[in-house]
Formats: sequence, C-alpha cells, structure tokens
Amino acid sequence: MGDMTRNDKNPNAVEVRGLVKHYGETKALDGVDLDVREGTVLGVLGPNGAGKTTLVRCLSTLIVPDAGTATVAGFDVVRQPRQLRRTIGLTGQYASVDEKLSGWENLYMIGRLLDLSRKDARSRADEMLERFSLTEAAKKAAMNYSGGMRRRLDLAASLIGRPAVIYLDEPTTGLDPRTRNEVWDEVQRLVAEGATVLLTTQYMEEAEQLASELTVIDRGKVIAKGKVDELKARVGGRTLKIRPVSCADLPGMARALAEAGLDGVAGSQAVPDEGVLLVPILSDEQLTAVVGLLAARGYAIADLGTYLPSLDEVFLAITGERPAPVGDSVPTEKTEEVAA
Amino acid sequence: MSTVTTTKPAPAAPGPVPVAAARGEGRIGLRANLRHIGALVRRNALQIKQDPESMFDVLFMPIIFTLLFVFVFGGAISGKGNQADYVNYVVPGLMAMMGMNIAMAVGTGVNDDFKKGVMDRFRSMPIARSSVLLAKIVVELGRMMVAIAILLGVGFLLGLSIKSSVLDLFLAIGLSAVFGSALMWIFILLGLTMKTAQAVQGMAMLVLMPLQFGSSIFAPPSTMPGWLQSFTDYNPLSNLADAARALINGTPVGDSVWMTLVWSLAITAVTMPLAVRKFRQKT
Repeated sequence: MGDMTRNDKNPNAVEVRGLVKHYGETKALDGVDLDVREGTVLGVLGPNGAGKTTLVRCLSTLIVPDAGTATVAGFDVVRQPRQLRRTIGLTGQYASVDEKLSGWENLYMIGRLLDLSRKDARSRADEMLERFSLTEAAKKAAMNYSGGMRRRLDLAASLIGRPAVIYLDEPTTGLDPRTRNEVWDEVQRLVAEGATVLLTTQYMEEAEQLASELTVIDRGKVIAKGKVDELKARVGGRTLKIRPVSCADLPGMARALAEAGLDGVAGSQAVPDEGVLLVPILSDEQLTAVVGLLAARGYAIADLGTYLPSLDEVFLAITGERPAPVGDSVPTEKTEEVAA
Repeated sequence: MSTVTTTKPAPAAPGPVPVAAARGEGRIGLRANLRHIGALVRRNALQIKQDPESMFDVLFMPIIFTLLFVFVFGGAISGKGNQADYVNYVVPGLMAMMGMNIAMAVGTGVNDDFKKGVMDRFRSMPIARSSVLLAKIVVELGRMMVAIAILLGVGFLLGLSIKSSVLDLFLAIGLSAVFGSALMWIFILLGLTMKTAQAVQGMAMLVLMPLQFGSSIFAPPSTMPGWLQSFTDYNPLSNLADAARALINGTPVGDSVWMTLVWSLAITAVTMPLAVRKFRQKT
C-alpha cells in the first residue's frame, strides 16, 4: 500500500508514450500512447494481432520495449521493474495458475510469494476463494475447474496482493456467454470498488460493458481514443428506430419524411423484415420534427427509440474495414520470441 | 548460491533502452528470497503429489538398472558366481549415473513450465526470477536422494557392503548431489533454449549416452582402447564414479574427488549465469 502514495501527484495510474516493440519485421507496437486514469477502466480494443498482448507484457515487465516509455503507478517499466511488479496484478490469456495445484494452494503460494506471513496467506486465500465463490472447489486441482472457475481463480490470484493497477488481458476470450457474464460481474464489482483496470479485448460488447474510456489499436498503432459514448457519437451519431403499429405504413412514412424535406431524412431506411423505419438523427430539433410530422400525418407508432452504433460499426468507420482477425499475418508474441 | 543470483543486477536487456542506477531499488532480501524459494518448492512437491507417475523414474530406475547390470554384466566382468564383487563396483557408479538421469528431468520440467501461463505470473511478481529455478533444483535434489536411497537398498539386498565408514558413504552421496546440481544447470540451459520438451530429452540423451558408457561406471577402463581411456580419464562421470567407489570401498581416492569438485564448479560457473540470463530474457 505504501506504493499508492506514489500516485498522489499523478492522476494517471498508467502512462504510455511512444511505446515500440518489434519482433523482427513485425511491429507489434508501433508508437503507442495511452493513459489510464486512476480508478477508471480503460478498454484497449483491437483485433487479434493488434498488439494488445504485447502492450500488456511490456507493462508487466515481461518484455522490454525497444523504444518509448511507460510508467505504472509512477514506476518506469524498464528502470524500476521490481517496484512496478509490486503494484500490478495480471490476469489473462497467458498469466495463469498452476493447474496441478488446488485453488487454495495456488492462492496460498501467491500470498507467500508476495511476502504475506503463513497466517495471512492462509486467511487471504480463504477470503479470496469465498469472494469468488470457489470455496467448495478449494481443494480440487485447478485442472479440474470449469472454464469460468478457472478465470475466477486467475482473477483471485491477481488480486491477492491488492494491486493498484490490474491488467485484464482478454479475460473472456474463449468463454461461453454464461461464463463470460460471470467474469463480467466480477470485473464490474472490481470497478465499483474503485480499481484501476487496463482491459484488452476484441469484443466490442465487452469494452462497452466494462470500460469508461477506449483506446482502439490496430497493427500496433492507436487509431482512436476517447470516451465510449464520444467515440460512438463521433463515428455514427444516433439513429431513430420507429416501429409503426401496422407494417403496411412503412413505405408511406418514409415517403412522408422525404417529401417534408427534413434534414438528413434522405438516409431513412425501411426495414420491412423487422417492421421498423430507421432515420439518421443529426439534432434534437430534427428528432422532434420527425416524430411530430409522423404524428400529424396520423401514423400510429407502437414503439420508438434512438440508439448509438455498435463498436463493430465504430471500428468499421475508423479503419475502413471490419476488424477481421489478422492472427496469421502477425505471429503471437509468444511463439515469435521462442523462435528468436 | 541464492545471494549470488539475486543481488546481481539483471543483465542489460537488448535494445537501446538505458538502464539507470535505479535498478538497485526494490531489491529482494535474502530472507524473502528463501521464503519465495520455499513457497515454490512446496509448489513442485505438490505437483508430484498430484501426479505420482512423475516419480516412476526415481522409484524404478535404480531397481531396474541395478538388477540388469549386476545379473547381465556381473558374471562376465567379475567371473561367474562373483556377482557380489561387481555389486560393489557398479553401485557407486550407478549412483553417479542416477544423478545425471534425474538432473535431466529438470530440463524438461523447466521447458514445460514455460509453456504454461503460470510462468508469466511468477515473472510479473516481485520475486527474484532465479528463485523459480533454485526451487526446481532443490526438489530435483530431493528426488535424487530418494533414488540413491533405493539404489543403495537394492544394492544391499544384492550383497553391497560398505567397506569404509558411514561417513564416507555420506561423502559419496554428497559428492553425487554436488555434481548432480551442477549438471542441472546444463539441463536448465537446454530446457530454456530448446523449443520442446522432446527436443530437450533428445539433446540430453545425445550428451548422456557417450558420457555414461564411455566411463568407468559399468566396467573398468583398463580393457578399453587407449583413445577411449584418455576420454574416460577426463570424463567427469568417471571421476565421480571412481570417487564414490573409492569412498565406499575404502580404497585410495586419488585425484577423483577433487577432479569431481573442479568439474562441478566449472560446469556451474559457466552454465548457471547463462541459464539465469536466458531465463531473465525469455518472454
């Protein structure tokens, strides 16, 4: 906890400037800048091979960057790795637990490695198992855990030392939806408790659910950053979705809007399959005018609402392409380094 | 050993990154280091408990090898009916071989560990990175002691007699442990360098076979051709086998003991820093 005092002057728990990491010809990180403010969740969004895991590995002192700087809780990743390791918790695709050991033994071991006394390590292990609903499985070997239990144990292991900053590297990759929700619940709980989290994900929905701010990276470069809503608004703006009582009204409604010459309504689109009309919204005035016009013409509306574009669409708008996995062209950091 | 590896600053990583004097901060003290090694030894021991089959080599190798060599070669080398003489010849030699074979397991173990995510967790934690390796060595030494105990047990059943003192016997065991832990650094280095555990095993066999059979472990080198004799004379396994044999049989040890110690020291001095360096740089 003494380390926490280091951040008093620094509202950014994580600061990354111009971070570069090359693997041969591959630029896994090509000048990444990002900040994670204390007590917030930053989502780092990108497809496979975008450099997310390389970023987390640099910030965990597992690999040394080729250029640029990064500090975590005020400690430099290159110059102060030992102090930095005291302030972080790492959970993810790779950082894991010993599968031959039971859940309890894993947590106890980590407690001892973090210099807790035997007694404290024991009670902390019990406490974390309880918190993550693993008490019943405490004595089972981790290899016999279900996917969701495994991730919860990973998360518990990362939290033993009460880290100031938590990295979640694709915490739900490969999990089924139910298990994924379990992990999300735990992360949301952490966030509610004021943790600082750097979350990498390739799922738009996950970033939307958990993060307050987003950094979108692609092929080692930051291509967009901002608040989740800001990003979405910037890219697409709102769309009004109108569901008339009678599906047969859809063509007439679209024609009425077009004839009225309201701003932006030229982009209106009837979707008969879903029985809805989609209208791009540019301003509150326009929204009011559209609804008023339809009401004045006597169309009965069953339901209406506005929505922001999905992050999938955000990615499409920023990069001009779908975030298709590019895993085959960019080797994963792990295999690449073994070869080198 | 632990103090040496933990107080040395990490070697500068490749790349143009400046390494400032701040390196020294947050250093891990000796007591903390021992606690970490203890926690990791417990981990390795629990792994054995979970997977008892991993002890098969330690349990059965000494039994099978001793029976095979005594009954297959014993008569031929010491004369029909004189197998007991050969027991006193070969068991100290097998002690040396046992150390080498078990040391080999540490290489595949380290290689295996690196495939698992748990190594990333250890390496992102505030512990000396060498403690992971030292814990492995402690556990392998324990396994080696079990193997030697079984070997001696089988030896006694077949007529092994300690012609010197118990102290000499323990000296022989201690010497095997010293040499065995030196060898472990070679296998750790191999385990960190090779891509798969199978490759480590294959490479280790390539090193092991000539060293084992081109030695005085199984047969006295006096009947071997001159060129092979000069190889066996400098083969550290011969030195260890000769030393253990002399200590147990109460014959003059000659150069064998200090030659073994020099070999152990030399092997450790060269391979340990390389292994620790490799371990630190591995990603």
